[in-house]
Parts: sequence; structure tokens; C-alpha cells
Amino acid sequence: MNLTLRVWRQAGPDDSGGFVDYRVEGVTEDMSFLETLDLLNESLITSGDAHGPIAFDHDCREGICGQCGVMIDGVAHGPQPATTTCQLHMRHYRDGDVILVEPWRSAAFPVVRDLVVDRGAFDRIIASGGYISVATGSAPEANLTPVPRPQADESFTAAACIGCGACVAACPNGAAQLYTAAKLTHLNVLPQGQPERYERTIAMVEAMEAEGFGNCTNHAECEAVCPKEIPLGTIAKLNRDYIRASLRAPAKT
Amino acid sequence: MAVQAEPVAERRAAPFPISFYRTAVGKKVVMALTGIVGFGYVFAHMLGNLKIYLGETALNHYAEWLRTVGVPALPRGGFLWLGRAVLIGALILHVHAAWSLARISKAARPSGYAKQDYVAANYASRTMRWGGVIVLLFIIYHLLDLTGGQANPNFVRGEVYENVVASFERWPVAIFYIIANLALGLHLYHGLWSLFQTLGWSHTRFDPVRRKLAIAFALIVVAGNISFPLAVMTGAIG
Amino acid sequence: MTSTTEATSTDQSRYFDSRLESKAPTGPIEERWDQRRFQVKLVNPANKRRFHVIVVGSGLAGAAAAATLGELGYRVSNFCYQDSPRRAHSIAAQGGINAAKNYQNDGDSIFRLFYDTVKGGDFRARESNVYRLAQLSVNIIDQAVAQGVPFARDYAGLLDNRSFGGAQVSRTFYAAGQTGQQLLLGAYQALERQIAARTVEMYTRHEMLDLVLTDGEASGIVTRNLMTGEIESHSAHAVVLATGGYSNVFFLSTNAMGCNVTAIWRAHRRGALMANPCFTQIHPTCIPVHGENQSKLTLMSESLRNDGRIWVPKAAEDSRAPGDIPDEERDYFLERRYPAFGNLVPRDVASRAAKAICDEGRGVGPGGYGVFLDFRDTAGGATAIAEKYGNLFEMYSKITGEDPYSSPMRIYPAPHYTMGGLWVDYDLASTIPGLFVLGEANFSDHGANRLGASALMQGLADGYFVLPATISDWLAGKLGKQPVGTDAAEFRKAETLVRERTAQLLGNNGKRTVDSIHKELGRVMWDYCGMARSEEGLRKAIGEVQQLRRDFWSDVRVTGEGQHLNQELEKAGRVADFLEFAELMCTDAMVREESCGGHFRLEHQTTEGEARRDDENFAHVTAWEMAGAGPEAGADGAAPLELIERREPLVAEYVQPSQRSYK
Ligand SMILES: Cc1cc2nc3c(=O)[nH]c(=O)nc-3n(C[C@H](O)[C@H](O)[C@H](O)COP(=O)(O)OP(=O)(O)OC[C@H]3O[C@@H](n4cnc5c(N)ncnc54)[C@H](O)[C@@H]3O)c2cc1C
Ligand code: HEM
Ligand code: HEM
Ligand code: SF4
Ligand code: F3S
Ligand code: FES
Repeated sequence: MNLTLRVWRQAGPDDSGGFVDYRVEGVTEDMSFLETLDLLNESLITSGDAHGPIAFDHDCREGICGQCGVMIDGVAHGPQPATTTCQLHMRHYRDGDVILVEPWRSAAFPVVRDLVVDRGAFDRIIASGGYISVATGSAPEANLTPVPRPQADESFTAAACIGCGACVAACPNGAAQLYTAAKLTHLNVLPQGQPERYERTIAMVEAMEAEGFGNCTNHAECEAVCPKEIPLGTIAKLNRDYIRASLRAPAKT
Repeated sequence: MAVQAEPVAERRAAPFPISFYRTAVGKKVVMALTGIVGFGYVFAHMLGNLKIYLGETALNHYAEWLRTVGVPALPRGGFLWLGRAVLIGALILHVHAAWSLARISKAARPSGYAKQDYVAANYASRTMRWGGVIVLLFIIYHLLDLTGGQANPNFVRGEVYENVVASFERWPVAIFYIIANLALGLHLYHGLWSLFQTLGWSHTRFDPVRRKLAIAFALIVVAGNISFPLAVMTGAIG
Repeated sequence: MTSTTEATSTDQSRYFDSRLESKAPTGPIEERWDQRRFQVKLVNPANKRRFHVIVVGSGLAGAAAAATLGELGYRVSNFCYQDSPRRAHSIAAQGGINAAKNYQNDGDSIFRLFYDTVKGGDFRARESNVYRLAQLSVNIIDQAVAQGVPFARDYAGLLDNRSFGGAQVSRTFYAAGQTGQQLLLGAYQALERQIAARTVEMYTRHEMLDLVLTDGEASGIVTRNLMTGEIESHSAHAVVLATGGYSNVFFLSTNAMGCNVTAIWRAHRRGALMANPCFTQIHPTCIPVHGENQSKLTLMSESLRNDGRIWVPKAAEDSRAPGDIPDEERDYFLERRYPAFGNLVPRDVASRAAKAICDEGRGVGPGGYGVFLDFRDTAGGATAIAEKYGNLFEMYSKITGEDPYSSPMRIYPAPHYTMGGLWVDYDLASTIPGLFVLGEANFSDHGANRLGASALMQGLADGYFVLPATISDWLAGKLGKQPVGTDAAEFRKAETLVRERTAQLLGNNGKRTVDSIHKELGRVMWDYCGMARSEEGLRKAIGEVQQLRRDFWSDVRVTGEGQHLNQELEKAGRVADFLEFAELMCTDAMVREESCGGHFRLEHQTTEGEARRDDENFAHVTAWEMAGAGPEAGADGAAPLELIERREPLVAEYVQPSQRSYK
């Protein structure tokens, strides 16, 4: 099939950027969306296009590293639910379709080039407290603390977050609540996570806010686009733990 | 930029309610709490106003009762002013939080998308801010109309029933009330669901009914409130 | 026919190299690690912060090492090419991680894990290292659980296990099909904690393009900041490479797009010996190739072989729907050929069996390169499958557009893991003093074939436990010495070389894209240095690789400039190194005149088509040296390589090599 890709081109962080239309021919339905971009890029290189090949982030191409991700026709990661951009396949498109491709847009995720953004803010949220402080070697025997299945499952469901940033990209407020809540839930429901539970919550929520993300007004758009289907309930948990933590932690530095 | 240590430390320095309110999540919680106050008021207000259907005396008595309740422990009108203070405080906090959170969110996405197709966000959730503004304008007008009387040429202090009827007999005013209450309905529909999330009231068993509860309460309030101008316009009361 | 390389059997001394001394203690094997830890020089806690260590790579090995060194108090600089350390390719590991916990009480023990790993590796691994790995496996699970890694649990809340290929016990710990992700997040979180504590400085989107030596010792690296294009030098007391495997030499593999050989190849060009580069693993259960524009292959975890049964129709070109083919007309060829292990034979065996069937013309699916992996007979049906493998089934249907719940999956082998890598001793030190190599990037523990669920174990053992214990032996000698400054001549020179190479790539302005050359390289390697190799084929491949290298340097086109994010330039640099490395890989495959593990030489097979090992002549590690390695090495990318073969003899003390039989 032949498609038209309307792609955001931006030479660098300070460039104003704009859309450019490209025709891509010979796309087959078993190709992935990123392979379609590859195909387009091959022709942009050989034809000597003024903008050159389109920069886009990707690595594993199997939906787990979280490095890929663009807005496709106004939806983060495109039209397939629970699917990363790299796992979107062209069998969902028809000959002649025009597809609009934009980078994530968020003040906390500045555009680096074309479709590539800087998601360093996510790492800094983890650095603020998204861990259990256990130095290597100091761990007790693993089966000493049983973790009931419901907690183990809840923790795992939340831990599946791949840090792609689609939640932020899709949120009308540009909020990073789902990402932060996923990490908090992962650790806060486990017995191992209890000692630092409330401090972690305060630290991560405040780090999140300091990064310039918006604030959540419960649009639930994040949950709908999340490729790992992180449940919205994690945000309720974040709020609950934050309220509790604030009530409990006295104002001290 | 990296996480700045300073604002966090500053926040910590302030006493609990203030430090809490300085965070966005804290503000949101305050919105939810003040929203509950507001909802509680409109719900009760609507129930009280239903006395219109019991006739002029019932309603006027009710209004009088509002002013004498608590006497002699409180001075006449004391309860009313207490209620008003809570309401005004809540409204100010609610609006302030809404305004500052809206600013944060605006700054979080300085340039928008050429196209955004919402998958889950609905009309109600996306109109909270404008809907809130409409409700605020309504409240101002409403106070001038039925409490102060400045916007109601036929206003007579104490004649609550007459005032209501006189007000709604002007059809543009009645239409405005209807529109404003529809806006309020949307605001409450999303707000009531939302506050469960905000306050962390989530439980796997209870979650599926949250949405239904929100719809039910929003509908009750809207239906009750809209019925008044409709009743006057159709001549059912007058 | 046995091996004809007579020189090898008679004159091992020709290949002797004093640098290839394993330095493993010689006492009883279970005490060696203790002994070694007691022997190493220590750095006292107060002095640790005086030492600066560069760790390249943030996968399981790199992140674990950087975090642990940071916890110990060393100053660490950590590099990765992705935008976050959490995205290293370890994230993609699906199936699980082995540990000799014996929670299932099914006869497992440290010795059994050791034995299985040595045997699985076809007796081409160093026993001392493997034993230590088995010992440390139990600590890894403890550490991960304490970090909050949400492993699968049973209804009592205790850790669950599954079985993996090459073992008859259940010792594999897992987190659905996302074990690598969960383990890496554990290490990543520990790393972020150290970043916050400022013991570790993180450099994301930085690619190491050269290793710098001062007086023969590793003193730093040169990197390109991928965001700005800046070429930067970093110096330290020691350099640790944990940069993963090189399966992308095949272009199509299960590795991430960015996985590369560049870091270890540059180190090799600077003098580090490269061991067993031809030992590559072709994984039996991957989604078959679908088309010309395909950019990568996707693994379907080996754990699927726990429940799935592999078969093809008995009759070639049976066009019935798989569900309509009755049992007696199906050939469950693994169960038929290997009754004892059945579908759970090691990867190399399973892959070759599938290839043989397809070469016979009995393969299924478009092109005939595929076999069925069938879950029809799984106990518990669709619900049980969904619980164990839900995410894999989903991934399969997204990629193929078929529903694996209703018809069997089609699978085919694909390049997946590389056992070869930089040579390291028991301390994980390479032949360049001050240069350490961890994880998939080193050659150490898996011999000629890695058992499933053992790479995660090795990466974490290396990173959490081995390197942090052994590196002090090197650092202690450096006490009081500042690292060489980055303004030293060696750094200037290395930077200049990197700049010149970048300029050459950008200025070439030829006609061919980097990918088109990479794809061609991949085809050559897959055809001649893949699952079946022959001397004739390998010779041909070497010629073609050399030609491709010339084509590359004369005709490649790399657009854009050096001063911005330029993904074509990144790819070009990586492919340039693959084009050199491929030649070494083929040469190594050629001199190893035996079949062992993943290395199958057509000349060396039994009449039944099984691999024929030659312990008399090839019980050694082949370690390659580059002649003329030095500061200017690699300036002319098209020049032929001059390779010198060295050997580390392997001694079987505890596990006597036997014909590996899974029948
Ligand atoms: C699909 C798949 C499934 C697997 N499943 C399993 C399994 O179930 N069980 C198991 O035990 N093993 C499994 N493996 C193997 C295992 O995942 C890997 O061998 C292991 O994770 C490698 O870890 P590592 O730390 O050595 O390297 P990696 O995780 O690959 O990390 C490499 C790091 O080096 C960095 N890097 C690379 N080159 C450069 C450079 N030039 N400059 C700067 N940085 C650089 C990268 O950014 C990255 O941070 C699987 C592998 C694949 C591909
Ligand atoms: C005066 C103007 C008002 C404005 C600008 C305003 C604005 C908002 C906004 C922006 C929200 C956040 C939406 C969300 O979090 O999902 C909100 C929530 C809410 N508002 Fe208002 N509002 C106003 C008046 C009112 C009034 C009068 C009531 C009561 C009748 C009310 C009840 C609520 C409730 C219950 C919530 C839910 C709180 C939550 O989400 O946690 N609001 N309002
Ligand atoms: C159509 C529906 C409504 C009717 C008929 C109505 C009627 C009235 C009347 C008659 C009064 C004066 C009572 C008195 O002075 O004793 C009043 C006061 C008031 N109403 Fe309403 N109202 C309606 C909807 C609302 C809504 C939706 C809100 C809020 C969002 C609201 C908020 C108020 C407030 C704040 C006062 C002032 C109370 C006070 O005296 O302090 N009303 N209303
Ligand atoms: S919560 Fe979902 S959308 Fe957000 S970063 Fe994680 S995986 Fe991506
Ligand atoms: S879409 Fe945004 S508003 Fe909250 S529920 Fe999700 S973060
Ligand atoms: S490229 Fe890794 S998730 Fe898409």
C-alpha cells in the first residue's frame, strides 16, 4: 500500500519545527510502524532530502524498553490499545491513508530533534526515592518474607510500566501521575517497601512536581493509552499514600 | 533541570496545612474537600428549595428557619453566617486551587498537538475549568438575583417564594439558570467521580460503582434545580 | 573424520600466551571464590572515594556494578547509549533466571547447576568461573527480592519456579514473561539511588567510541554525546565494559537495534584479546522472518517449551490447517529424537533440529522456514496459558496478526546471544591492565552454548558480586595516584582519531545506505557463519565480508552533520565495527575444527547429524590478538585484519567431558 506520512520535523531544541508530508510506497501489512519509518528514511537518504532522515527513538522494538513512542493521528502510540509504537503493525492501515506523526509534547520532555524527546525527568523521579534502600549483599534469604499473591500481583502489574511517557504525552494536563503512581504502587504494596513507603511517596511526588509536569484532574486518558495498561487505581493509591504521608511526616527537613 | 532541593525544603519549613497546600497534589485534595462542601450545599439547597412545591408559606418558613436555627445559642442569622463563612472560604480555596493548578497544567504543555484524539477523557472532564467559571458567574448573578435582589427589580426581602417566581418569569433568566445548572451537572458528574480518585478512595470492589454514584447524584441535583425554572415557565407554580 | 589441524594437537605451546592465565585459585572448587576474596588486596573504606571507575553499560551487569561500586564508596561514571539506563537490552529478557535454591526439593544443588551449565556449554567453559556463578546464583535471588523485584509466587506467597531447557530440575525464577525487565528495574533503581547520592554520575545517550591506554593500562574512554555530537574524554583508575552482546552482526537478531560490538571491538583493537567470537547462540523459538523490510526478530521465550510441543506435519507440503492434522500424521521431532529431554533439549540442539526439518522441506508457513509450537495439549487450557505466557501470546498476535490461542505458533531459530567476547580471567580482568569486562560482553561462563536463564544470572553475578570484590585488587595498587588527565596526549590522540573517523563517514557521500550494507553483512553471516558452518563457506564469507568493508568505506552515505543527534552516524560507526568483527568471527569459526555447542561444523558431525566435539584438540578457549594493535589501530577501516591466535587450555577437573546426550 501507499501512504502519506505527515511528520513533525524539527532540526534541534531551538528550532520552531513544522510538518512535512512524505509519500511512502510499497508498505506491506506485516511491516511495523517503525519499519515504515525505516523505509521512508532509506529513501530520504538516497534522495538527498533537505531535512535528511527522520530522527525517532526506538531500541528493543518489542514493546519493552520504552524508548519508542510518538503521537500517531492524535493518539499516543497510535490507534491500537495496549500497543507501543514499535509493536503497531501496518495491517491496521489502508492504502491511501494519511497519518499524522508528532513527538510527545510536554514542557518536561523537551524535543531534541524531530520525534525525539528528552525524558530524563522520569529518571530523576526514580532517583528521588523510587527504590528500596538495600545495599548489595545485605539481603536476607528470599523466602523469609512471603508476599501474598494479591500484593505480589498488584506490585507486578504496576511494575510493568516501561517508562515510555505516553501517559504524560496523552494527558490533557501533561501530568506524570500514572508513571509516578506505577512506581510507587510497585514498591509501596510490597512488604519490602514498607519501611520507606511514606518518605518515598513524599519524595517522588514532590520530585515529579518539581520537574514541571502538570497536575492530574483525573481524565483517565493516561490509562487508555498506556501500552502496559497500568490501572488508574494506582493514582488513587498515590493520592492516598501522599495524604497519609503528609499527615504523618512532621514538617522537617 | 535536576530536582531542586530548595522548594522542597521551603515547603517543609511551613506548618502542615500550608506546606501541604503548596504541592499540586495537596491543592487537588483541597479542591476535593471544598468540592464536597460545595456539593453538600447544593444538594441540601436543592432539597430545601423543593419546598417551593409545598407552596409559598412552606418555603418562606424554611427561609426564616434558616435564620433562626440555633437561636438562642447563636444570634439570629448566626447559623446562616457561619454557613456562609464556610461556603465563602471553600469557594475561595476551590477557585484558587483550580486557578493555580490550571496554570501549572498550561505551563506543562506550552505547545499543543496539531491533533489530539481523546480516547478516555470525556466532555465533562475537559470542561471542568470553563464549567467552573460558568458556575462561578452563576453564583454571583444568583446572589444578586435572589439574596441581594440587585438584579431582580421585583425583589422583596423575605418574600423568597415571590422572588423566585418573579425571577423565573423573565424567560432569559430562566434559560440562564437552566444552562448554568446543566454546566453544574457536568461539573459535578466528573467532580464527584474524580474526588474518589483524589482522596484515594479506591477499592477493587467499590470502584465499578463510583462512576454510577457520580451520575446519580449529579442527575438528582440537576433535575431538582432545573425543575424550578421549568415549573415557573410552564405555570406549574406561580 | 577427525580434525586435521595437526599443529594444534602437537604444538599447543605455539598458542601459549602468559596473559591468558585464569588466576583462579587451585584449591577445592567450592572454596575458590572464598580463597580469591581473601587473597585480593582491599581498599579501605575511607580511600574508596579516591578511586574513579568508568562503567560502560547499564544493563544487568553494568547497572549492578555501577550501583554496587557506588554503594561501596567509589566514584563511578556510568555510560549508556539509550536515553535512560533502564532501557539497556537486559530489559527484554523474558523467561527467567536460574538459581540453585532447591526450593522445589527436586534434587537441585549448587553442584548440579554448575554441572548443567558446564555440560550445557559443551565443556568449553572454565570450571572455576562456572562454579562461582552457581554459588552466587542464590545471593542474586535474595538481593533481587529485597529490592522489590516482583517474582512470580505461589499461593502461599513463596517464590515460584519453572523449568528451562537443558535441566531436569525446576530452578528458574521468573516474573511472568518480563523477568529481565523486573531484574533490570531493580538494578536501575539501585543505580538511581546512587546517582542521587552522587556516588555515580550518569551519562545517558553517550556512546563509547574508543578506549584510551596510558603506559599500556586502561586510563579512560572517548565518547560521543549523542544529543550534541560532542566528542568527550573521560579518565579513571579503571574501565569496566558491560556493553552486551554482538548478535546484531547478523542484522536480524532478537537484540535491540542499538546493540553493538563497538565498545569491545575498540578495546580489542587497543590490545584486549577476544575470546571464542564464533560461539553464538541461535535461539530455537523466535517468530519467523516475514519480509524484506523487517528490522529485527522477536523471541518467544524458551519457557514456552515447558508446555508447548514442537512439531511439523509428517508429509511435506501438507496444506491442511494445523488443527485438522491428526496426531499420527504429526512429527513431534524433538520428542522423537530426544525422548529423555523432549521439547526441553538445549537451544543449540533444538535449533539445529528445526533447521534440519525445514531443510528437508517439511517446514511450515510462508517460505517454509518455520515449525509449529503447539499448546493444544497444555493442562489447564487457555486460562493457564494466559496466566503464564499472556504477554508473549499477545506479542505474537500483534506481530503476526494470528491468534496463537486458536492455532499453533510458528517459530524458527534466530540469532540471540553471543557466548564469545573479550577474554577475562577469574577476576573479570581483560588482558589490558585496568580493563574489566562483565556480562554478555565477556566470554566467560557459558562455553559454547548458554543454557536458558543463565545470562541474567551471569550478568548480575558479575555486576553485584564478582567485580566489586575483585576490582579492589587492581585499585589498591593505584592508591595515591590521580587518573591520567583527559588533556594528556593519549586522550587528545584518541579524540582526534574519533573525529577523523566521524568526518570520514560524514564526508564519504556515497550511494549506499548503512542499513543496506548491514543487511547484506547479515545475510552473509547467517548463510555461512550461522547454524551450520563449513570451511568452504567460511572462506567465502571472509572474502565477502572484506569486499563489503571496502564497499562500505567507498560507497556509504551518511547524511547530516556531527553536531546534532544523528542516528545514521551512530549506525554507521557500529556497522563499520561489525564489518571488521565479522571477519574475526568467521576466522574463529574456521580454526575451530570441531562441532560444539552453538558452533556446528558440517565437517564434524556424526552419522545421525549430531555435533562431534573434539576434546583432544579443542578443549581450549581461542583468544585472538590483533597484530599492530595500538593508538592508530583501525584508522583505515577497509584494511585487512591481521589476527593472531592464542589459547587458554581448559582443564576438566570436576566434570568429565562426555558426549552430550539428551536422548
Ligand atoms: C529477547 C531476549 C530474551 C532473553 N531472555 C533471557 C532469559 O530469559 N534469561 C536469561 O538469562 N537471559 C536472557 N537473555 C540474555 C540476556 O538478556 C542478556 O545476555 C543480558 O541481559 C546481557 O546483559 P548485559 O548487562 O551484559 O548487557 P545489556 O543489557 O545488553 O546492556 C548493554 C549496555 O551497554 C550499553 N552500551 C553498549 N554499547 C555501548 C557503547 N558503545 N557505548 C556506551 N554504552 C554502550 C548499552 O547502552 C547498555 O546499557 C535474553 C536476551 C534477549 C535478546
Ligand atoms: C467557582 C467556580 C468553580 C471552578 C472554577 C471549579 C473548578 C473545578 C476544577 C478545575 C476542578 C478539578 C476537576 C478535577 O479534579 O477533576 C473541580 C473539582 C470539583 N468541583 Fe469545582 N469549580 C467551581 C465551583 C464548584 C462548585 C460551586 C462546586 C459545588 C457545587 C464544585 C464542586 C466540585 C467538586 C465536587 C469537584 C471534585 C473534586 C476532585 O476532583 O477531587 N465546584 N472544580
Ligand atoms: C434553580 C435553582 C435554584 C434556586 C431556585 C435557588 C434559589 C435560591 C433562593 C431563593 C435563595 C435565597 C434564599 C434566602 O435568601 O433565604 C438562594 C440563595 C443562594 N443560592 Fe440558590 N437557588 C438555586 C440554585 C443554586 C445553585 C446551583 C447554587 C450554587 C452553585 C446556589 C447557591 C446559592 C447561594 C450561595 C445562596 C446564598 C445563601 C445565603 O443566603 O447565604 N443556588 N437560592
Ligand atoms: S505508565 Fe504506561 S504510559 Fe506511562 S510511562 Fe509507564 S508504561 Fe508508559
Ligand atoms: S490523563 Fe492526566 S489528568 Fe490524571 S488521570 Fe491521567 S494523569
Ligand atoms: S522500541 Fe522498545 S518499546 Fe518500542
